Order: sequence, then structure tokens, then C-alpha cells
Amino acid sequence: MNFSEIFKQSNQLCRISPDGRYLATCVQYRLVVRDVNSLQILHLYTCLDQIVHMEWSSDSLFILCAMYKRGLVQVWSLEQPDWHCKIDEGSIGLVSSRWSPDGRHILNTTEFHLRVTVWSLCTKAVSYIKYPKACQKGIDFSRDGSYMALAERRDCKDYVSVFVCEDWHLLRHFETETQDLAGLEWSPNGCVLAVWDSCLEYKVLLYSLDGRLLSSFSAYEWSLGIKSLAWSPSSQFLAIGSFDEKVRILNHITWKKITEFEHPATICSPKTVVYKEVEKRPALSIQDLSSHSVSSGCPLLAVQSKYEISQPPFQIPVVKPDLDRANPKVGVSSLAFSADGRYLATKNDNMASVVWVWNMQKMSLEAVLEQTAAVRCFQWDPRRPRLALCTGTPRLYLWSPAGSVSVQVPSEGGFQVHALSWHSNGDSLVLIGKEHLCLCYMDTEDKSTDSNIWTK
Amino acid sequence: MSPLGHFSQSEAPSLSGHRSPFVLTSFCTEDNVLECRSYINQEVSSLGLRAVWTPTDGPAELNVVAVLNSLYELIQLHRQGLRALDDMEVERQRSASNTELLQLSNTRLKGQLELSKRENTSLLEKERQLQLKVKNLQSCLKNEKEEVQRLQNIIASRASQYNHDMKRKEREFGKLKERLNQLLVDKKEKKQAMEVLNYVERADGKRSMWKTGRTEARHEGEVYRTLLSDYDARQRELVLENSEQRKVLQQMKRDMVSLLRGSKPARREETPGDPQTQVRGEGDSEDSEEVFESSCVDAREKLTNSIRLKWRKLKSHMERLDSQASLVQAGEGAEPDAVPLETHGQEMERLKLEIQQCKDFIHSQQQLLQQRLTSPCEEEEAAAIPPGSPMQGEGGRPGERGRLGEDWRALEEQRTHFEKERKTFTEAAIRLSHERMMFEEDRATWLKHQFLHWTPFTDQNQPEMTEGEQEAASVFSPECLPGSPSPETSSSPRCQALQTQSTADPYRSLPPSPESRYR
Repeated sequence: MNFSEIFKQSNQLCRISPDGRYLATCVQYRLVVRDVNSLQILHLYTCLDQIVHMEWSSDSLFILCAMYKRGLVQVWSLEQPDWHCKIDEGSIGLVSSRWSPDGRHILNTTEFHLRVTVWSLCTKAVSYIKYPKACQKGIDFSRDGSYMALAERRDCKDYVSVFVCEDWHLLRHFETETQDLAGLEWSPNGCVLAVWDSCLEYKVLLYSLDGRLLSSFSAYEWSLGIKSLAWSPSSQFLAIGSFDEKVRILNHITWKKITEFEHPATICSPKTVVYKEVEKRPALSIQDLSSHSVSSGCPLLAVQSKYEISQPPFQIPVVKPDLDRANPKVGVSSLAFSADGRYLATKNDNMASVVWVWNMQKMSLEAVLEQTAAVRCFQWDPRRPRLALCTGTPRLYLWSPAGSVSVQVPSEGGFQVHALSWHSNGDSLVLIGKEHLCLCYMDTEDKSTDSNIWTK
Repeated sequence: MSPLGHFSQSEAPSLSGHRSPFVLTSFCTEDNVLECRSYINQEVSSLGLRAVWTPTDGPAELNVVAVLNSLYELIQLHRQGLRALDDMEVERQRSASNTELLQLSNTRLKGQLELSKRENTSLLEKERQLQLKVKNLQSCLKNEKEEVQRLQNIIASRASQYNHDMKRKEREFGKLKERLNQLLVDKKEKKQAMEVLNYVERADGKRSMWKTGRTEARHEGEVYRTLLSDYDARQRELVLENSEQRKVLQQMKRDMVSLLRGSKPARREETPGDPQTQVRGEGDSEDSEEVFESSCVDAREKLTNSIRLKWRKLKSHMERLDSQASLVQAGEGAEPDAVPLETHGQEMERLKLEIQQCKDFIHSQQQLLQQRLTSPCEEEEAAAIPPGSPMQGEGGRPGERGRLGEDWRALEEQRTHFEKERKTFTEAAIRLSHERMMFEEDRATWLKHQFLHWTPFTDQNQPEMTEGEQEAASVFSPECLPGSPSPETSSSPRCQALQTQSTADPYRSLPPSPESRYR
């Protein structure tokens, strides 16, 4: 594993292009485009204000930079660096901006979610969509980029509009039986749209592409409901994480629950491998202390850690949440399927330092990773069943069925990993800190040298 | 009979009966006046009264006064007695009535006691039931309280969620109002606009089309096509899965049938003929009608039902076998059906040993083949040594070795030729093996010939053979071979010549050849 040097970034805006060749980062009001392998700066663009949101177009030819305060969106071209495009929303304000899947239209949501404006880079045509809903996930594009589902709210009722992205033609418009629609997501095969209600009511509605209601699922009443939702890559399963600390898996044939994954505080099953992160502070002599500068970033003083395999029964530290406050820190807030759909990684908010990995073939708990700090972000490798996670410490953690490893990110200034993002070929990772970023290149050829550092 | 005895007899009835009149005549007669008098005296004095007669009164006279007094006293006594009797009678009656009364009251009280006992038990029972009810109600109450608490918690969390949302909406509303005010005040309104240097091409390179009815229809068509292809794919997968599972089920059924048939020959009569024939019939029909089965619910059910039947039979059979196996373990005789683990293990061991032996054999044969390949070179060298030299025999070996070492070094330089000659060499080796076979046969026939015609003429042959024998021995002994490169092809005929000359001794000294093994 190789680590690049640390670069500056602001607002956690670091994105690798979809074709995997470039890395774009934002530093205040500048957009820096680098080559992914050499990290040489290829292009440097200057925007009119601090960039708040940055996104690559799907064909990796354009980059969108949004500045919400000024209501501006600037688009830059990689092929022609002197090409420019500026969209000014004027007094209507700007709350969010995104690309359409064809990479030639930009969807801007105005302030107060008054409307969504669809700007075209090819023609002078401008489309407007009224009454978009301000919710957790109000817009979703299907994976092949042909359809867009948009949540709307009119007269205290929720609606879903399905548009054809080719010409923004309204395909279907139907009312949903939700109290307060919180989000919608297409299945990976683009045939089913999952719509879920807000946390006050546990309800998932499944609509076919042509607008028919296929099924409705509700696990219980009254208690706080759905917190997160994820489709399996084959569209076979729908995983629903809820505030009752359980994940329910629905199957795509009957849309009924086939199993439930619980997150208990004690793990007794001997088949589960429990990795516990153990920190070992280096023992230093006085000599060492005097000769080196005693700073938190000093690599000598860096706290090393490794994984130890714990024996069952295993106790998980639970933090009791304050139930009087809204959106309590309890329940399954993050769900992610591995690329082959064999594993599901979950995180329960009242056990924030633990990541649970479930085996979808056996429908059982495969591994549990307990960290020393709360897990901030985890993401599966897009090619193989390998999970990367970070906890806000200067370490990167990787899990695979062969074992798990904790890697120290070499840095002088105390680089804390707050978020991470895989490259599309699964050979490198972008580690994002508060104000810095670092690239980690995996060893692609020889896995055997890595295997001896894996804890099995 | 004495007069006393007479008297006692007569007295007895008078005393036992209550008011029975005295029979005076039988007691006192004119003869026994004196005895009666003395007897009466005795009796009276025993009663504590004054005597009736004292001796002073005269022998044959009675003291009338005393008699009258005693009579009076007796009457008094009698009257007292009667009175006492009356009193006692009254007393007795009184006590009888008392006892009757007491008995009545006793029975009454007993009845009351029974009643009260029964009431007590019923009250106890009622109390127990009530206590149970109380317990139930208490647990219900606890549950209800918990439920209430839970609902309260839910209400609290929902309330906090509503409040949070409400506050958020209020904040947004406030912002909206501010914005509206600002817009009303603001004179210049900045419109939305997009500035672009030049319009870009579409990603797919096509021109954008007008929105017409045709495009709409096309979109609809696309939607349904996508859905249909998804359903098609899913249906295909399911059909595949179905057919695979059906195959597996049929295989299972066949296996089960064979198992049942094979293990229970005696029970065949017990099993009804229908399932068996049904099995056979089904098998045939199903093989031929596989295509139509996918839509036939009955056939599916038949298959699953027959599988279930067979599985149940198999399970019962296995249970029986298990019980038999446990009996066997207890030492109650062997079950012919059960496969003993020990022989199985022994079989495995034996097979493993055989495998190991074969492997060793192959390895040794490879080594020998290698030696054979290098041996013709040695033969050439051995042949190059003059027959009569003192290097012959065992003593010449070290010198030979030295010379071979030098030759080996020389041959080392020729190593580049090795690869080319290797092919010819392998051919030679093959030929060699053939010739060996021939040689062995010849030798065998020769030996037979020798044995059958044992004559002194063999002595003459022996000195000639000795050299050949020793050369052959030197050729074939493994120690002298340094693994030299292949010899020339011309050496092979010489090998042949050497081989054919050898006798029974080299046969012994020769390492076993592959051909002999295969014969």
C-alpha cells in the first residue's frame, strides 16, 4: 500500500472522475484537476466564489461548481480549458445543483424548493419542474440514466413524477400513499422504485417503472420507522434499516420480509469473527522525547493499532441515546451492499464504533469490527468484497473475508481521515480529512505480501 | 340339702325381682324356726340393726319387741330403699333425657360443623381463585403500564419529532417571508440567465428531437420493453431454477427408491404395489412429458408427494438402521446391512498403501530409466577398456572412476550437444527396452535350454562369458554411473551384443527391469 503526499482541499470536495483518470479537488474558490496516478496538476480553474458543491459529468468531460450563496453555477470543460459556462439563478436563489445522467443538463433547485430548473448545455431550452419536495432524497436517477424520479408535494399530498431524461418528458405522475415522503430510490435494474415515508411512519412502497403499485411493506406502527435503505446490486434484495436497531431484508419476488438482522449488545455466535481494534501506544524513552519534537503529528508518537480477534461472548459498547430529542442517535443509519452483493455492512447509531458485516448467502453475521472511535464512513470496493472504513483517526481500516488490517496513514501534520471514497477500479482510495486529502494506492499485483499483515 | 342352701335359693329370686312378694312359707316352717331365727339374727346384725334374738331371751322364744323393732327398722330400711329407688329412677330418667338431649344436640352440632367445614372449603377455594385473579390482574396491570410507558415514549419521541419539524418549517417560513419582503422592496430583480461560450454537443452525438406524440409513444414503448425484458429474464431464471430443482428431486427420488429397494428386499411385499408402480410409471411419464410439466400443477404435486412418501420411508429405514447399529455397538451380533467401519477403514489403508507402493515403483522406474539412458555411455567406456587390462574386476574400480571423472569433465564441455542427441537417445531407449524384452526372452529360453541340457560343455563357454558378465555387471551397477550425457547411436548395437552374452549371474546382479515386472 502506498500513500501519496497530503494535499489541501476545502469542504471535503474531492472527486475522482467517472472514467477514473482524473482527481478534482476544490481549494476555496479554485478547482484543481490532477492526474490520478501521477497527481500532477493538469488544469486549474478559478470560480467566482467559494465552491460549495462540485460534480463531474458522467462522461468526465465537464465539471460543475456550485456556489449557493451567490446563486451561481460554473461549468468547466476538460477538453477545452477556455470554455466556460455560468448559470446565474438570480434572485430566486440556489439550494442544490446536480448533473443529469447524460452530462449535458444541469438541474438547479431554487431556494425554498420553489422549482427545479433544467438547464441545457446543448440547446437554449430550459425546463421547469414545479413543487419539488424538500426531503432527504427527493430526486433519483435510474442507473442507466434513462429515467428520473422526483418527489413532489402539492396540497398536503405526496406525488412522484417520472421523467424520461432524454427529453424531460413527463412519463408518469402518481400520488403515493405516504404521510410524508422522505425519499425514493430506483432499483439497480431500473424496474422498481422504492419510496419510503418519514421516520414517523414505517412504510415502504414499491412502484413499478410504469407507475403501478407493486407492494407496500410496514414492519410496525407508531414507533420511529425507517432510517436508511439500500438495494442489493442485483436488485434481488431491499435492505431497510430502522430505528428499532434492526435491518429487514425484502425479496424482489414477493416483496415480503425474508429475514431480519438484529444488532444485539452481546454476540454469542461462534461463527462470527469479531475484530477489536487495540491501540498500542509506543513506549518511548526520555531520549526519544528530547530529540524529536513532541507534536501530535510526530510519527514516533503516533498511536499504532492493530486488530485482535476476540472470543465469544462478545460485549459491544452501547451508548444510550437521548430519546427526548428529535432524530435520536439510535437505529441503523448506514447500509451498504458489497459489489457482488454477498455482503452487507451496517452501522447502528447507538453502537457507533462498530461495523457489522453480514453474509447475504448464509443470511448470518459474518464479522464485527469494533473500533476505538466512532466510525465516520465506510465504503465497499467497487470490484471486490473489501470494505474500507475510517473513524476520524489517522488510520485506514480494511476488511475482507481473508481478514482485516489497520494501516497508519503516514503524515507529519496529524491527518485525520474523516471520509473516504474508492476509485472505480478498486485499486486506490481517496482519504479525505478536514482540510486535506491523501490518496492510497493498493497493491494490485501481489496479494501475498499483503496477506501476512492481515489479521485472520 | 341344707336349710341355708334352700334359703339361698329361695332368696335369690326375691332379691333379683323388685317387688316380687316374699314366699314366706318356703323360708320358715315349724321345723326350722330356730335356724330361721338365728339366720334372721345374722342377717339383721349384718345389716346393722338390733338383733332379733339374744340368748337372754330364752332358747325357743322370740323377743317380740326386738322382732317388731327390727321389723320396723326393716320396713324403714325398705321404705328408704324404695325412696332411694324412686330417686334413682327419677335420676336415671333425668339423665336419660339429658343424654338424649345431648345426643340430639351432638348430632345437630355435627351437622352444623359439617356445613361450616364445607362453607370453609368453598370460601378457601373462592379466596384462591380470587387471589389468582388478583395475580392475573396485577400482571395485566404491569403489562398495561409497560404498554402505556412505551406508548408514552413513542408519543414523546413523535412529539419531539413533530416539534423539530415544526420549528424547521417555521424557520423556513420565516425565511420565506423575509425573502418575500426583500423582493417586494427590491427594485431590480436579477433574472435567471445562463451564459455559455458555445453550446456543446449532446453526449450521444445525436440531435435533440421535438416532443411529439411519436416520441411519447416511443417512451412508453421503452418503458414496457424494459419491464418486459426484466420479467422475461426473471422468468427464464426461475424456469431454469425450476428445472434444475425438478431434476434434483427426480434424482433424489430415484436414489431413494433404489436405496429402499436395495436395503429392504423383504419388505417389498409390505409396501403397497401402487407406489412402486407409480414410481416407475411416473418416471417414464415424467421423462417424456418434461416440457408439459411446467404448467401442470398435478404433476408437480404428484412428484412432491411421492418424494415425501419415499423420504418418510427412508427416514424410518434409517431409524431402524440406527437402532440396529446401536445394538451392534452393544455387541449383539452383526447386521448384514450395516457396513462395518473397521473393514472400510482397513480397505482405505490398504488402498493408500497400494497407491504409495505404485508411486514408489513409478519413481524407481523413472530413476532406472534415467540410469538406462546414461548406461550405454558407460558400456562404451567399459568396452573401450582392453579386456586383459588389470583394471578389470573389483580392484580396478577406483581407477576407473578417476578416468570417468576426467571423461565426465570432457563430456561437460559437450553438454551443448546433449539436447540434440536427447531425442535420438530416447528412441534408443525405447529400442533398448524392446531389445531388453527380447533379451529376457532369449535368456529365459537359454536358461531353460541350459537347465534341460545340463552338460560339461557349459564350462567352455564360461571363460568367454566372464568378461561379458563383468562388463555387463559394471555397466548395470548403479555406483559407476555419473550420469553422463547420451552416447552415440552406434553404442546401442554394442549394448545388444553385450547383453546377449551375459549369463545367469548378471541376471542376478542386474537390477530388475521394467519389462520383467510387466511380464
